Amino acid sequence: MKILVCISNVPDTTTKVRFVDDNTRLDTNGIQWVINPWDELALTRALQLKEDKNNAVESVTVVHVGGKGSEPTIRKALAIGADDAIRVNAEPQDAWFVASQLAEVVQQNEFDIIFAGIESSDYNGAAVGGMLSELLGVPSISAVSSMDLENDQVKIIRDIDGGKEQMTSQLPLVVIAQKGIAIEPRIANMRGIMMARKKPLNVVEPVEKDTLVEFVDYELPQAKPPCKMIDPENVQELVDLLQNEAKVI
Amino acid sequence: MEKELNIKGCEFLTKSTDANEIFIPEEFDEEQTMIAQTCGDFLETEVFCNLDRIDNKEQGLMRQILEKSGELGLLGISLPEEYGGFGQNFLTSMYANEVLGAGYSFSVAYSAHTGIGTLPIAYYGNEQQREKYLPGLASGEAMAAFCLTEPGAGSDANAGKTKAVLSEDETHYILNGQKMWITNGGFADVQVVFAKVGADRILSAFIVDGDSPGIEINPEEEKMGIKGSSTVQIFYNDVKVPAENLLGRRGEGFRIALYTLHMGRIKLGGNVIGAAKRAISQSVNYANERKQFGNLISNFGSIKYKLGEQVIRNFANESAVYRASKNVDEAIEAFQQDGMDYGKSHMEAFVQYEAEAALLKVYGSEMLDYVVDEMVQIMGGMGFSSEMPADRAYRDSRINRIFEGTNEINRIWVADTVVKRGHKHKIELFERAKQVMQEVEKGEAQNKPSGDYFEDKTRLVENFKKVALMLVEAASNKLGRKMSHEQEILMNLSDIVMLIYVAESSVLRVKKREDINAQGEASLYRDMLDVLMIDSADQIRKCAIDAIYSLDSEENEEKYRKGIEYFTDVKRINVKEARRRIADKLIEENRYCF
Repeated sequence: MKILVCISNVPDTTTKVRFVDDNTRLDTNGIQWVINPWDELALTRALQLKEDKNNAVESVTVVHVGGKGSEPTIRKALAIGADDAIRVNAEPQDAWFVASQLAEVVQQNEFDIIFAGIESSDYNGAAVGGMLSELLGVPSISAVSSMDLENDQVKIIRDIDGGKEQMTSQLPLVVIAQKGIAIEPRIANMRGIMMARKKPLNVVEPVEKDTLVEFVDYELPQAKPPCKMIDPENVQELVDLLQNEAKVI
Repeated sequence: MEKELNIKGCEFLTKSTDANEIFIPEEFDEEQTMIAQTCGDFLETEVFCNLDRIDNKEQGLMRQILEKSGELGLLGISLPEEYGGFGQNFLTSMYANEVLGAGYSFSVAYSAHTGIGTLPIAYYGNEQQREKYLPGLASGEAMAAFCLTEPGAGSDANAGKTKAVLSEDETHYILNGQKMWITNGGFADVQVVFAKVGADRILSAFIVDGDSPGIEINPEEEKMGIKGSSTVQIFYNDVKVPAENLLGRRGEGFRIALYTLHMGRIKLGGNVIGAAKRAISQSVNYANERKQFGNLISNFGSIKYKLGEQVIRNFANESAVYRASKNVDEAIEAFQQDGMDYGKSHMEAFVQYEAEAALLKVYGSEMLDYVVDEMVQIMGGMGFSSEMPADRAYRDSRINRIFEGTNEINRIWVADTVVKRGHKHKIELFERAKQVMQEVEKGEAQNKPSGDYFEDKTRLVENFKKVALMLVEAASNKLGRKMSHEQEILMNLSDIVMLIYVAESSVLRVKKREDINAQGEASLYRDMLDVLMIDSADQIRKCAIDAIYSLDSEENEEKYRKGIEYFTDVKRINVKEARRRIADKLIEENRYCF
């Protein structure tokens, strides 16, 4: 059984986001790039599945659509424990473009389980996993917070409003992972870091695909008004502020 | 073998360095960065969420966290691969130390284990000793402690009274004595213990198993800071130590202790960078949230001054630490090419840069104390509350000026080493000093700015060096070999030497940053350098004048004073605006970003 984990390269979540060129481009100066947190959790779960000797997982591959500049992030995934990596040599345009490139990789290589994080922490599109399964003609289950293998079947728990839903599925399958799929992302250890540069990182050229949506520009959210501290004894002041200033009660 | 070095220890005083010869932290490669990230992730997941539990000395917790760091390989970063390590160079281990330096008590336990606990065995151990002990120390199965200090032997380490007597059948030593302030002592499985054999005057070193019968450990000390690190007194009552556990040769212990401390000092210089960056980030986080007079306090000039100054001092320290670390790596490589083995090449490299290590320890520890003191001040009343992070940072910083040799001992060491190397002609100290005096007497000195930014900064550094050389010349003439009794003057000299090294390292780094087109606004780094050079000039001038007038060489005072004034003449700029620009960047990013 082969597992593929799709990873995005995103700015560290503490990044101060700035736009340049008339709000049309992210200012990448000083940004530290990391594996998208949901993808990192999915990768951690994939590695756990492989390490469990009850499962016949042969390999864990990571795939990324991006330029050469994203290779440190890919090698980080290798350092964490992925066996090999594929980089589709193209700047990601929109979800359709990325999903199409990923679908091509899957078709060329055959994987049994494909993990995709539920969304990326930068653009929060939450579309690639679903599109990918559609392009591949295989089932997908979204918002997966727990996943186990039993023979050739996967047992899945997904979060639903006010509860949990248990499901099973045949393979191949696209697992759209969210928080809970692994408790914490795995930290790259020294051995992994030193082995990362020796593991295969294959670069493939993209297939030609149109982008379906046109980007216009970005806008930063309005700055949050400063926090007002109220003495816990002074409930009346809180009520006044909520009624008259915030006008929420 | 020294001839093969680019620059020998202390030689920065008599020789100039090109920017392209030094290493700057902007040059860390992807693998080194990944190791640093792992260290940072480890602190986030295992240390920062457990700070109170750690400081409450929860039974077994520190050991457990150290073991977890061992599982990630962080205890064996620089150990050779054949002993379970990862064979990384010194620079990489320094980078890991920097990041883990933000870990308060954990950082102390980590440094004691990986540095002064493990490395004496790695460097001085024979093959059997290395094979027996290093794999466990690298993996975290065993923990190490360095047992040197005694009630009557602190700075005067060789005054220790712990005795080792060789048994009649020469199969073991019987150890008797007492050690104190032993970091990790409460749980260490492997102790490097210093004791005098028989009637020896000089210490020897032993590897002692922590579970040996006859070892008694006192309860944990209650300390001002680093409360979570284990610090105990250890008593040795007829402890049998196998004869093969003598580390190095008999009588070599004092040298092992000293050389180990040289290494520990430069590592401390690295540790404080991580602690300072965290404290600066927390300072600006608070300043960006706290409002007074209807304004965020980060908008006030008095707060910007503090933030700017925190950044400048940390940046300067960082520049010097990594410059010296690279020199250590280069020396190790050169010595190994010359045929030295792993252990000897490392120890000789550390002793080569012993003065640099000592001055980095002093500068770094005082830099961090400044940073955390201003952190408390920026937070005002809240800074004094134990609920705020300033409390722990402030208390934990203070020990850095005391352990690994007090800053007083280290200052004396710097000055002593410089003068000794001059006398031994390892550096052209007195030769250059005479030239400088001639230059001053003939009024030949040229001090006109060229207009080129870095040329002027470089000349200023060279002028600072002339002040140090003048002082060496004046003090030697007046005091001769008695100089070592005049500690106040040695400290003045040491401060000047320290400021020169840090200033020069900062000039070289800022230049190299521009040469390699490093990320970040170049003008802000020039601002840092401008302020640093002005402050350095003023401090060097004061130290030098204080020293010269303390020598009571009346007939020459005026000549020296003029020289000092001349060589510390620095182009003034609007330092208020420079500090504000640095602070504004910090405020905008809301975290340490340089």
